Order: sequence, then structure tokens, then C-alpha cells
Amino acid sequence: MTESALNTEALGKRYGQTWALRDCSLELPAGRIAALVGPNGAGKSTLLHLAVGLLRPDTGQVRVFGRDPREDPDARADLGFVAQDTPLYPDFTAAELITMGRRLNPRGWDDSIARDRLARLGLPLDKRVGRLSGGQRAQVALALALAKRPRLLLLDEPVAALDPLARHEFMQALMGAVGEYGTTVLLSSHLLNDLERVCDHLVLLHTSQVRLSAPVDDLLASHCRLVGPRTPDGAAVPGVAEVVRASHTERQSTLLVRTDGPVDENRWTVHQVTLEDLVLAHLGTSARPTASEVAA
Amino acid sequence: MIEFVLDGRSRVATYMQLVLQVKQALRVGLAQPGDRLPKVRDVAQALAINPNTVLKAYRELELEGLAEGRPGVGTFLVRTLAGPALAHQAELRAELTAWLHRAQAAGLTREDITALVDTTLRATPERPPTDGAAPA
Repeated sequence: MTESALNTEALGKRYGQTWALRDCSLELPAGRIAALVGPNGAGKSTLLHLAVGLLRPDTGQVRVFGRDPREDPDARADLGFVAQDTPLYPDFTAAELITMGRRLNPRGWDDSIARDRLARLGLPLDKRVGRLSGGQRAQVALALALAKRPRLLLLDEPVAALDPLARHEFMQALMGAVGEYGTTVLLSSHLLNDLERVCDHLVLLHTSQVRLSAPVDDLLASHCRLVGPRTPDGAAVPGVAEVVRASHTERQSTLLVRTDGPVDENRWTVHQVTLEDLVLAHLGTSARPTASEVAA
Repeated sequence: MIEFVLDGRSRVATYMQLVLQVKQALRVGLAQPGDRLPKVRDVAQALAINPNTVLKAYRELELEGLAEGRPGVGTFLVRTLAGPALAHQAELRAELTAWLHRAQAAGLTREDITALVDTTLRATPERPPTDGAAPA
């Protein structure tokens, strides 16, 4: 079995009466690039902050390569985190931030990783990072996170504020780094189109709960869109395990479904779905996930 | 060395787009046995795609016997798809162009032609090559 990079069991975090994350159980195998997707307020940032040990869970537990990030310094050494909007001390230069990173991370830190990456991008090491563009700052934050040589890299909306070119350059740098170091990645984002090429695992959060957690290939293979004669909601369709979303006209029904067997192709026209179709359909329903989906 | 590009509008899976580009290059002689495929990391970076996707494409080429991974060195092409078929291409292309002109003269639109070619391809059983073009 593949080693588990991140594992949570019944993980929950509450702010006052409100659950920011609830009953979250998921497993991310090592070597994956996982997308963490969900509407604003779904609990994405909370999950990431729990995973890096910046927040204390109210229920359940989180393990990074089998260890608790709040208890075990070895677990924290395995982790890299690029927080939302890539916060960096604006009056520091990249060179100073690299020195700071080395002092704060005595184990495993490698200056040359950050220096080489920034040099290849033509980024000045002696300029205050507050004077750099958003895209350049994001690259500095990524280079710093990589210099820590993490086995699991968590990124919270790293490209949300960037223009399309800077976004592309950031993803290029990230994918190159994964190819070089084999880092496991969990990346939260709104930009589903960008993720389809990049991620091979999807974690979908909705109203503070895990709605899907599975390999992208499995999800795409098990979901499709059926177009056929009008079928009442709740009617059993052979081969369909779950109707995720249904819409009807007078004579026609369009169903986005999760299948568990062959569908009658004389009755239904079967269309493949994209990751975006699938995510939108699942976000449109508020049903509780079934055990098999979450366990995947 | 081959340089991959991706068609953003294509519904073909990303790894399969890479596989098809290698095959196309082999077919037209742009890539040859002995050529090294670009490093996984370089392709992932250039196209901003998951390195696992590139690996999957290279594994598929290995499964089809077109490429071979040499640990620590890279992935190399070991077979060609050109062979005798390549020599026939110019002639076939000329015939196809002539046929396309006839189809256009007969009033067929682009979509009509594509549909006709697709359905005929599907309806025609594959025949083994007769002139020694069988792959090794």
C-alpha cells in the first residue's frame, strides 16, 4: 500500500457555535497532487491550518506521514506551507528571508534550492519583497517553502490573486518542483480549469464537510451525464448508484450520475463529464456523502 | 528532441495527447529510435502539468513497445512507426486530396466529409499490412 502523506479522522474545528470543519476523514496517499476545492467558507483554510498544526482540532486527529504535527517536530519538518496571499515580511529582501528560513529551520533546509530557483526566474535577491510584483512574491514564497525540503507541501489559494501569466508561471514552477523532488501537494483553489491538468486527486469540501475524496481518474470514470426520456426524481436507474444532479424538461431528463454498473445505452445517451462539471454538480447538492465516496 | 504542446480544447486526456504526439512524430519521421524523450520534470514544468501525467504517457509508450526506460538515464524511443507506411504517404495524400476535391465538387461540407470518413473508418475492418509493414 502507498504511504499516507496526510490522514485525518473525524477531524473537527469549531469557532463558538459554528463548525468550520466537521467530521472530516480523508486520506491523501504520498506522491499525489491533490486539489482542495469548495466554496468560500467550506473549511478549506481551516483544514490546511489544522494539517500544518497551526490550529488545534476540537475533535478527531490529523497525521502527517503518520505523525501529529502539533506534537512531533519531525512531522513539522516534513511540512511546507504557503499561506493565502503568500504573506512575506515586505521590508525583507529574498536573501534575508532565505537566511531567516535557514535559522528557523535548522534541519533539512537547503539555501541553494531557493537561490537557484529565484536565479533561474531572474528574480533579484537584494530587493525588498514588498517592491516585487504579486507573481514574483508568490515565486519567492514557493522557493522558500521548497528550500525547507518538505515531503508534503500545502498551498492555500496560491494563485488566486495572480494574473493569468503569473498564475501559469507559478504552476510551471510548482510542477517542475514536484517532478524534481516528488513532493506530495495539497492545493486549495477556486480555479477548476487550472486544476484539471495538475491534480490527480480531489478533495471536495462543502458546508464544512468532506463531500468527495478520491483519485481524479476514478471520479471521472465513475461519473457521467445521461440524457434520455423524462424520468421522475427518485426513480431507480439501472447502473446508477447516485443521481448527483437532475434537471428535467417536459420530455427529457438530464442526470449527472455516479454509476456502479453498465447503463442502458438504448435509453440513455452517455456523455463524459469534466472535473468542473462533476464538482459543480456535487456542490449543487447538499446531500450527505455516502460512505464509499468518502472512504475512497 | 520532441517538444510537446497541449490542445486546451481537446477532450482527449492530457497523457494521451502526449502519447499521440510521440506516435505522430514517429509516423512522419520527426522522431526516431534512439531519440531520448524529454525529462519528466522538464515536460511537467514547460506545460504546467502533473509529472505523474507525463510518467503515465511514457509508461503507455513503453507498454506499446515504442519506448524503453533506462534507469537514471531517461526514456528512449526504440521503435519507429514510419517504415514502409511513410513511403506511401505522399502518394496516399495526393489521392486523398483528389478525392476531397471531388467531395467538395459534389457539395459535401467539411462536416459531411469528416462524418463520412469517420463512419467509413469504423465500418471498414482493419486488414493486416501485405507488404511487410508489420511492426517488429
